[in-house]
Amino acid sequence: MEIVPLGDSALIVRVRERFEDAPDQTLSEVLRTFRRLQDTAIPGVIELAPAYTTVAVFFDPMVVANAAPKPDQALDWLTDRIRAALAPHIRGGRGRAAASPVRLVEIPVCYDPEFAFDLENVAHHAQISLREVVDLHSAVEYRVSCIGFVPGFPFLAGLPKELATPRRATPRKEIPAGSVAIGGAQTGIYPLRSPGGWNLIGRTPLRLFDPEKTPPAFLRAGDRVRFRAITRDEFEALAP
Amino acid sequence: MTATVSHAGFLTSVQDLGRTRYRQFGVSLAGALDVFALRVANLLVGNDESAAGLEITFGGLRLQFSDERIVAWCGGDFDVQIGSTSLPAGHATRLQAREELKFGRPQLGCRSWLAISGGVDAPIVLGSRSTDLRTSFGGFGGRALRDGDVFQLGARPLSQIPATERISSWSASKPWSQTAVSTPVLRFVRGAAWDLFNDVTIQRFTSEVFAVSTDSDRMGVRLEGPELRRDNDVDLISEAVAPGTIQVPSSGKPILLLGDCQTIGGYPKIAHVITVDLGIAAQLRAGDHVRFSEVSLADAHRLLLERESELKRFRIGLSLHAV
Repeated sequence: MEIVPLGDSALIVRVRERFEDAPDQTLSEVLRTFRRLQDTAIPGVIELAPAYTTVAVFFDPMVVANAAPKPDQALDWLTDRIRAALAPHIRGGRGRAAASPVRLVEIPVCYDPEFAFDLENVAHHAQISLREVVDLHSAVEYRVSCIGFVPGFPFLAGLPKELATPRRATPRKEIPAGSVAIGGAQTGIYPLRSPGGWNLIGRTPLRLFDPEKTPPAFLRAGDRVRFRAITRDEFEALAP
Repeated sequence: MTATVSHAGFLTSVQDLGRTRYRQFGVSLAGALDVFALRVANLLVGNDESAAGLEITFGGLRLQFSDERIVAWCGGDFDVQIGSTSLPAGHATRLQAREELKFGRPQLGCRSWLAISGGVDAPIVLGSRSTDLRTSFGGFGGRALRDGDVFQLGARPLSQIPATERISSWSASKPWSQTAVSTPVLRFVRGAAWDLFNDVTIQRFTSEVFAVSTDSDRMGVRLEGPELRRDNDVDLISEAVAPGTIQVPSSGKPILLLGDCQTIGGYPKIAHVITVDLGIAAQLRAGDHVRFSEVSLADAHRLLLERESELKRFRIGLSLHAV
């Protein structure tokens, strides 16, 4: 584990160097780190943001400088506090924080051609039928490795290798909200109408980001996710 | 207790100090791109420094209030008028009901922040009154102001009921109120990917001049100039980025991120502009030139602490005037 500055008001705790080698284990370790830091409530820390191999720690340099024994030791003091908070975990202990529950969330997806602009492209790339793409995509369990790009956008690990498809050479200017897509070895869902370069293979009627709700995002890092294929009629019935 | 916008100008939005605590859900910080300028303007009108104000881009704004308010602004080199009287940056003044406040086009810089006593009373969404223009929520209906909009103002704070002659002495020094600089040198600390660039590239980054490209916005300032290529051009795994981060896509053209930037990114982070210089970065507009100069993290923190203690003295000075 290393702790590196992200400008003068944040640090990045790099839990592991690589993600692809062991996505599930890496994610669990990152989330343990995230929860431990959250529980520790270090003075001056404003918020934490986990992503793949890292947890970013955003802080108020003024508060940290006041909390440190000397203002010019602010960063060392904060780094020490972070290391101390994570120490039992680094020694490989399986404390209570490790046993935090992981949610399994089912996402209904309509793979109807009307929504699946790039289903043929994915099928062509994998050299399988459209039906097989849908079956493969909705047969496995995924895990949210990170939320970002736009609010509530889940990057999902666990895509069957056959379905990995390069991003489109020219990104679309506008992708409808709820679009389920494949970008490289990842799958994800566009929560809001936005530009994007991933291959669209379906659409969910669920609203993945709602600023009026707490928390505003439907999914969070670490969630397990399954897609359930639904018909066009079911989509209409579920749409808000 | 309303404000009426007769002309919204190029891009005017409701902003406060930004939306923290929701980065883990991918929510951008948003907020005034120069938080310090808004804080100073707020203090000048007797507001809490975190009150929501207006961020005005390229001027063109005309508005009036239904009741008397104190106003002040800080930012680029704008010509601001009340009737035929001009209101310089960093000066508080009284604006009578139905009197028009008018922002002209800036000579230098591109943004300014207007504070109104009582603040803009936009609903608090995810802990902030800021407009998230990218995701369309918060602020005034999640969008920039338009001609004809009428928005609510908060109750005027009791702390500020000074006589007009006293208000005229409420002013902030020029470095705080007039933040646009011609060919600025932005100070930076090294980013995590600093070592991925060879000496020649680093030399270019720290010695040459970059030009601001036309496709710059509240998300980031795109820079043209010497290309910052890496020998080993692989994408990195996405991790947090923040306003001030300078990332370098494979094009070699660096992007300096601002308040509306994404929460994560996979481009190498060569450097980070220090917090005290973000206000200067917020003034960059297409065609402007900019240079970068390295400082230590300790210096970045020292500069910030110094500015905050100056602001504290300023705040105390103002409160003495108000009694």
